[in-house]
Amino acid sequence: MKGSTVNLDLRSVSVDTETEVILKDISFKFEPGKIYVLIGRTTSGKTSLMRTIAGLIEPTDGEIHLGEERLDEVPIWDRGIAMVYQQFINYPHRTVLNNVEFPLLRAGVSKADAKAQALAMLEKVGLSEFKDRKPSQLSGGQQQRVAIARALVRNTRVILLDEPLMNLDYKLREQLREEFRTLFKGTADSVTIYATTEPSEALFLGDELLVMHEGRVIQHGKPDFVFENPSSIDVAQIVNDPPMTILDAEIKDGKVNIGNLITFPTPAHLKSEKDGKYKIGTRASEVILGGSESNSEEGTVSLSEVSGSETLLYVKLNVGEVVLQLEGIHDYQIGQAVTISLAPNRIFLFNMDGTLCAAPGN
Amino acid sequence: MKKILKYSFIFIWSTFVLVPLSWALVTSFKPPAAVNNGATFIPWLQFQPTLDGWKDITGISGYANLFPPLINSATVTFFSTLISLTFGCMAAYGLSRFSYGWKNYKNPDIIFFFISQRIMPPAVLAVPFFILLKTLHLLDTKLGLVLVLTSGLMPIVVWLLVDFFNQLPKEIDEMAMLEGCNPFEAFVRTILPLARPGLTVAGMFAIIFGWNDLFFALVLTFTNVQTLPVAVVALNGTVTPFWTLSASAIFSILPLVGLAFVVERFLSKGGFAGAVR
Repeated sequence: MKGSTVNLDLRSVSVDTETEVILKDISFKFEPGKIYVLIGRTTSGKTSLMRTIAGLIEPTDGEIHLGEERLDEVPIWDRGIAMVYQQFINYPHRTVLNNVEFPLLRAGVSKADAKAQALAMLEKVGLSEFKDRKPSQLSGGQQQRVAIARALVRNTRVILLDEPLMNLDYKLREQLREEFRTLFKGTADSVTIYATTEPSEALFLGDELLVMHEGRVIQHGKPDFVFENPSSIDVAQIVNDPPMTILDAEIKDGKVNIGNLITFPTPAHLKSEKDGKYKIGTRASEVILGGSESNSEEGTVSLSEVSGSETLLYVKLNVGEVVLQLEGIHDYQIGQAVTISLAPNRIFLFNMDGTLCAAPGN
Repeated sequence: MKKILKYSFIFIWSTFVLVPLSWALVTSFKPPAAVNNGATFIPWLQFQPTLDGWKDITGISGYANLFPPLINSATVTFFSTLISLTFGCMAAYGLSRFSYGWKNYKNPDIIFFFISQRIMPPAVLAVPFFILLKTLHLLDTKLGLVLVLTSGLMPIVVWLLVDFFNQLPKEIDEMAMLEGCNPFEAFVRTILPLARPGLTVAGMFAIIFGWNDLFFALVLTFTNVQTLPVAVVALNGTVTPFWTLSASAIFSILPLVGLAFVVERFLSKGGFAGAVR
């Protein structure tokens, strides 16, 4: 099998229950050796898509192919797919070493080989010294490493990671994310699919990004391309954290008017757009605090929160609420008056139906 | 103040529970004169203990021998517990993990149906069971009694274990299946080992209920398969002296007390702790 490409091919896969649509007509070809990141909000269908590939959910429609094989007709236990859950799932009654050996032994590897491979994998994830402990005697991060070791040790054709860093604290998350890149580099024969709600993880890990919304893949492509060219307001909101601010605007006589107060000459990248009503989007990190020109407006702080080494400021304007991301930690009172202005050359322009009209580019 | 209340309550309740038992224990070692002399509790001081009562029930004096009924009880309890645990844990696992049903009747209704069999007083079932066993030529046989007891023990086992399985994360079974176990293997290799504390509790309940069953044994067996409760009750005529009766009562609970000590040790050794996170 080595060297040959075994694609994971979804053909119009749909899942629905009596009352709701969970996955809607998803077609996509995953290639081995790449990390595919599924990004979407909590109920967008990321987990359902993974569970469908794994066989834990039966598709109501469509086909799943893995190479020559019709995967959706193979029972779960014969699919040879590894999965890491958001919760740290290990076998509580087995030691760390036995946990990692288990999938190998089930796959028919001899006892001695299984032990050697499991030990090597534990070495890789940095858990060698804990091999004789029970999972419950480890910290959350270590437990998740055991789960990852179990998933990787078998060298399966498909590896699914369902928000594996979600339940960890911030610092561990960054550390493990770093390790993931090296860990998954060695899996050139596997299709790796990684689900997350965090744009930063997607940009850091992904070779290819699939944006999911309400059970559909609404955009896919290279992560930085999607980030710079979101095809719709939904995508823009999902791939930006904090979400992109969206305001009503109008282009008229060579000027962009946002509400009654903010107005500026149409920037170069929007010059070719016709006059009319639009929605504009601006990233929190690109909103400017202060400014006294015509493109500024005074508003009041409705919420201020510190996230890591940044301060998020929610400012209420006449046209709506704008989210502002400031470097460093700042102290703002709710109700405090602040002036903000927009960066005209960083504006995303969307049609009224939400589709992208123009992006500022890089 | 709170402490005084608490301890006095504990004292009153344990007196209530323990005095009859200790009285029976003491009485089993009393000679006739001591029994008729009013309430005495302290051997050697208040009376000279004898083994007459114990000799009467162990066949030494030729009065009665409770060992054959003990073996009958043990056999019947063992097999009915084994059967109800084996099939009960599978039923409970199924009810915990899969959904069954017909029209509006779903898993909770099935579970209620199981436990509802215990709501009925056993007397209601006596005649039907008698006729059933008679037709099958199973009256006064161990097999017949085992089957009837199992029908009573299974609901308890299922009811207890469904709840226990519900507490084990479903993802563990899924993981096992993803790693090459079919559903039955996932159950046997990962869920059952984790469910050991639950199985122990359910098994203990089954043993206690099975061991203490008097009603069905009385109705459905006669001379061949006399169980311990039946044998003890049979002694309870006017002819059997008090010390012998007391000895028989203590004799019949001794195995359970011994088992309770063993199981208690097993459970506290780490059964529940750490099994479910």
